[in-house]
This record gives sequence, structure tokens and C-alpha cells, in this order.
Amino acid sequence: MEKFKTLTATAIPLDIENVDTDQIIPARFLKATNREGFGENAFRDWRFQKEGTVNNNFVLNQSQFDGPILVAGDNFGCGSSREHAAWALTDYGFKVIVSSFFADIFKGNALNNGLLPVQVSPEFLKELMTAIKVTPKTEITVDLEAQTIGIKDSNHKEAFEIDAYKKTCMINGYDDIDYLLSKKESIEAFELSLQ
Amino acid sequence: MGKTLFDKVWDAHVVDKIKDGPQILYIDKHLIHEVTSPQAFNELEERQIPVFRPNQIVATADHNTPTLNQHLPIKDELSRKQLEQLSENCKKNNITLYELGHKYNGIVHVMAPELGITQPGMTIVCGDSHTSTHGAFGTIAFGIGTSQVAQVFASQCLLLTKPKSLRVTVNGTLRNGVLSKDVILYIISKIGTNAGTGYFCEYAGDVFENMSMEGRMTVCNMSIEMGARGGMIAPDKTTFEYVKGREFAPKGEVFDKKVAYWKTLPTDADATFDKEYHFDAEDIEPMVTYGTNPGMGIKISEFIPETSDASFEKALEYMDFKKGETLIGKPINFVFIGSCTNSRIEDFRIAADYIKGKQKADNVTAWLVPGSKQVEAQIIEEGLKIIFDDAGFELRQPGCSACLAMNDDKIPQGEYCVSTSNRNFEGRQGQGARTILASPLMAAATAVEGKIIDITKQLN
Ligand code: SF4
Repeated sequence: MEKFKTLTATAIPLDIENVDTDQIIPARFLKATNREGFGENAFRDWRFQKEGTVNNNFVLNQSQFDGPILVAGDNFGCGSSREHAAWALTDYGFKVIVSSFFADIFKGNALNNGLLPVQVSPEFLKELMTAIKVTPKTEITVDLEAQTIGIKDSNHKEAFEIDAYKKTCMINGYDDIDYLLSKKESIEAFELSLQ
Repeated sequence: MGKTLFDKVWDAHVVDKIKDGPQILYIDKHLIHEVTSPQAFNELEERQIPVFRPNQIVATADHNTPTLNQHLPIKDELSRKQLEQLSENCKKNNITLYELGHKYNGIVHVMAPELGITQPGMTIVCGDSHTSTHGAFGTIAFGIGTSQVAQVFASQCLLLTKPKSLRVTVNGTLRNGVLSKDVILYIISKIGTNAGTGYFCEYAGDVFENMSMEGRMTVCNMSIEMGARGGMIAPDKTTFEYVKGREFAPKGEVFDKKVAYWKTLPTDADATFDKEYHFDAEDIEPMVTYGTNPGMGIKISEFIPETSDASFEKALEYMDFKKGETLIGKPINFVFIGSCTNSRIEDFRIAADYIKGKQKADNVTAWLVPGSKQVEAQIIEEGLKIIFDDAGFELRQPGCSACLAMNDDKIPQGEYCVSTSNRNFEGRQGQGARTILASPLMAAATAVEGKIIDITKQLN
């Protein structure tokens, strides 16, 4: 897993609530048996019309917006547990998703793939959304070590929460398998206690 | 202080706790299917990690399987490859697989309970969010992502933070024509699609106590649609009777010993929950959804609300519905009775009971997709198939089918489908398809009438 410490970059405003994983990656693209290439079909049915023509009304197709940070509406990532959603977003180039609320499974999947979900207050989300829409070149700074997110060179800043264990994993690029394997003995002892 | 059902099962599975971090939770059963497992197998292989406890894993093919001509080779190349990969992975790792055509094959959340694999007091995971279904047995069951599938392969454990506790109590007697599906759609419409995020939910009260296991599974299945990782119902006599005698259920003395343990699991009287909701059974009516998430539901006698925010308006535009209108009388061309929410034998009995002696409306395409080979066999054995055939309904072969439209069972662009599945997201049943979630009874009635009706008017 890639390490993550801080990031300052422009962002894309996806001002839609309840973005579910079926939108992030529609089921018909789940037939692959590896993790690569899902970015091409990220938000497929919003990016393209049914006939395959580009939907210019969708923010990912608007050239003024660009960057590895996705600022999205409330309750992002609800629905199916498909980790393909996290793969699609990272493969598309996102490193951080900002929302005022994340669905549980998506949040876990994102963290397991080095994609940082940053939960902010609804007010701050609105502020970010507006700032980017008005000035697409607005840069956002996400500092994982300090657990803060803010608009660069301004005092618009907010702290965010992250599980201490997950934070260590993200900063160091570790994953849960490494940790669990180191616990094999306790797991075997636990199994014996069940009998 | 007393413990909840969830606490008891959780605490019995904690291997270790990380200071200021998550806990290591032991997993009894790991269910897998073709869509969310291949990348996990790859990862293990790349890192040269063996599967730790293959005999605690059970595999089935369900998401991506055709519902016609299952005996023939699968036409779609990618789908075929995905199934071949599953077979190969299971073989290599000594994992039991009920592949397409096997008499135990079926949707993972239908076949496992039916075979007695699901038992009270267990921890069960699967790379599928509707794993919450198994909570109907008093089991901690929840969906996981593919990285976690790999973790369970490697260690039979997961690193998790213990969720908070939530209880939804519904007391009273359900009205005629109100099914378990209506109960859960009603609850979600009241509390919203993220009220449960961060929580594990327990359903309590007369309504759930009086429900069949099939009904309880329908309720727990949709826990994830209110954001909860899982839902549970205390095991009782109904549960024990259901489990008893099933293929992989404990037998004889071992069973009796288990029952004695299972009886200790229900929530203690003095246990407290982080959040509680109470509803009256009498307030529930047959439900329909009008929007693009399962929380956008109304009682059949109600009108679409007059809310105005961007997401709401976007949903109505997608559905081509107007604020303030009723769904009664809406012409419908597609009906789907299936999915892990409502594809058990009880669901088809309810549908058949209504359909008997009636005819499907000419404009309607009605697909009935059993949840498993066993359900399919039962439909034939009980003579329900004859009723369906006579009425013009199409009984297909088991699988997830139009619930997620990964195979050919897609609802065409712009068409409405009254569906017994669990998600009405944009495009869920096919690009541009419009899904209206409802009970199997409402779905059967829609197919017969060719439009949505208030079923209670017919029943009373
Ligand atoms: S029937 Fe639908 S919800 Fe259930 S497991 Fe299959 S795809 Fe998922």
C-alpha cells in the first residue's frame, strides 16, 4: 500500500448526496478478476450518456475541475460492499475523498487501499464546495499527521478524526494482513479454547 | 450491567485487543462468491500466504450466473472466466464450492441458511453487503470488502472496531397484506438510509418474534440499507426448529447442547443500547419506494412528499415521478420476484397464493427467480410452478439475476420494475431502469393488474 502523509492539490466538487457504489462503479463492470483498470469506468453512467457520448453536465467532464481530491455530498459510498468502488477511485487518480458522512464498508475499503476518507462538518463541506466551484484552482491541504484539512493559505481549516491504528497504517503503508499474520499464535490459541 | 445479544456473540469471538485500536475478531464461517473473491485469492498468491482455514469457507456462484439454460456453457466470456476462476481457486485451496448446477447452488444468503451452515451465535462474513441476512439467526453477520476477504483467508480473523448498538422495536399486530418486507421498508423510510451507520442493529418486539425465519431474513437483509453493518434477531424456538435437521446443522446431543447455549444469547433485560427506535405494527401498510434509495418509501395510501432539495429532485427526475402524486394506478411493464431479500419458498408461496386462478396482465414481463436450487425444487414439488405457468409468469433458474443486472436479466432503459429486491439505485437493474421496491405480494398483484394497486383494498 502507498504511504500517505500530506497532500496539497486542487479538487473536484461532486455536489451530490448519497453517492452509492453502484454509481461509482456499475455492476456490469465487475467481471474482471484483477484490481486494475476500473478507473476507466468510474462513474460511468454519469460521465457518459447511454449512447456513449460524453455528458458535459457532469463535473468530471468539466475541464476547469481537476485534481486528486474528490469533495462529495453527504453519505458517500453507501450501498454495495464492492471494493471495486475504492479501486475505481484510486485508479482514476483520487487520493482523498472528502464528505460530511461515509458509509461504513466503503470507508474501510478506502482505508485498505490507501485512499483517505476525510469526514468534515456539513458547514465546512459547503464552504469547500463553494470555494472550489467559484475558484476551480483552489488548493486544499490535507495533513494526515496533524489530522487537518483546509483551504491553502487561508484560515479555513478543520480537524478530522481517524482511527489511530488506521492512521499509522496509512502513514507507513502497512496493511491489516501483515498485522494479523503476526498474531497467528494468539489466533491458534483462541481456536483451541473454542473446543 | 446486562449485555446485548450482539455483545455476547461479539465478546465470545474477540481474540485480542489492540491498545487504542481495533479488536481482532474471530470468524466462524466465511462465505465467498465469484465477484469479490478473485482479487483476494490473487493477493494471497502474490504474497505467498496460504489459506488458513479452508474448511471454514463455503463458496457458491450466484452474482454473475445466467438464469436460463444453466446446463449450457456461459455465453459471456468475462462471466465465464470469472466462474472458471472461482472453481480453480476453490480447487487449489480445498474450498467447498457449490457451483452452477449443483443441487446446493444458490444466492449465498439463501443457500447457507437453508443448508444449516448459518447457526445462532456465530460470526459470519462474506464479500457482499447483504450478509446481514444471516443475523436473523442471532448471528453476527456482515459484508466485507475484498481486502478483508483476503484477511480472513490469511488469518480467519478481521481487525474491527466494535460498532455501537441500536435497537428497533416494533410491537403490535401487522395488518392484513403487510409482510416482513413492508416492515423493513417502513423502518428505513422513517429513520433514513444512514441512521444505522456505525451501528449494529437488533430488531425486537412482537412483530419479529411472530415472524417466520424467512421473514426475519428479509428484515435483517435490508439492515445495510439503513447504513447498519448488520441486524440481529434473538434466537428462539422458531430459530431452533428451522436449523434442526438441516444438512450441516449439529445433530443429536451436540444439537441439544448448542440449543442450551443459544438460549443464553438474547439481550439481558437490563442491557442498554446507544440508540433506540419504537414503532407500532398497526401504523405499517404495504410499502412502495418512489425514489433512488431504499429510504425513499411511502405507504401505499400516501403521496410522494413535497420535499425540495437537489438530491430529492434528482431522484424524482430519474424516476419521472412528481411531488404529491400517488403511485396507485401507475402502469408497470416489469415485475421481478427474486434476490436474497425475497426469493425463499415462503415468498413464492405468497405470490402463488395470490396469483392462483388469475392471469398476468399482457403488458407485463414477470420474472420469478428462486434464490437457490432447493427453492426451485420446492416450487416444482409444491405445485407452485403450475400456478405460475398457467398465469403466464416465467420461472427462471436461481441466482442474483435482475437484482443487480450483472447477467442478461436487465430492465430496459426508462421502464419501471416493481421488484422484491433491496436496492432502487439509479441503474441498479439496468442502465436507466427505474426500480420500485415492494413485497412479493405487491409485486404479484402488480403483475396481475399491470399497474400498482392498493392491495389492502382487495384483501379487505
Ligand atoms: S441477490 Fe442482489 S443483493 Fe442479494 S447477494 Fe445477489 S446481488 Fe447482492
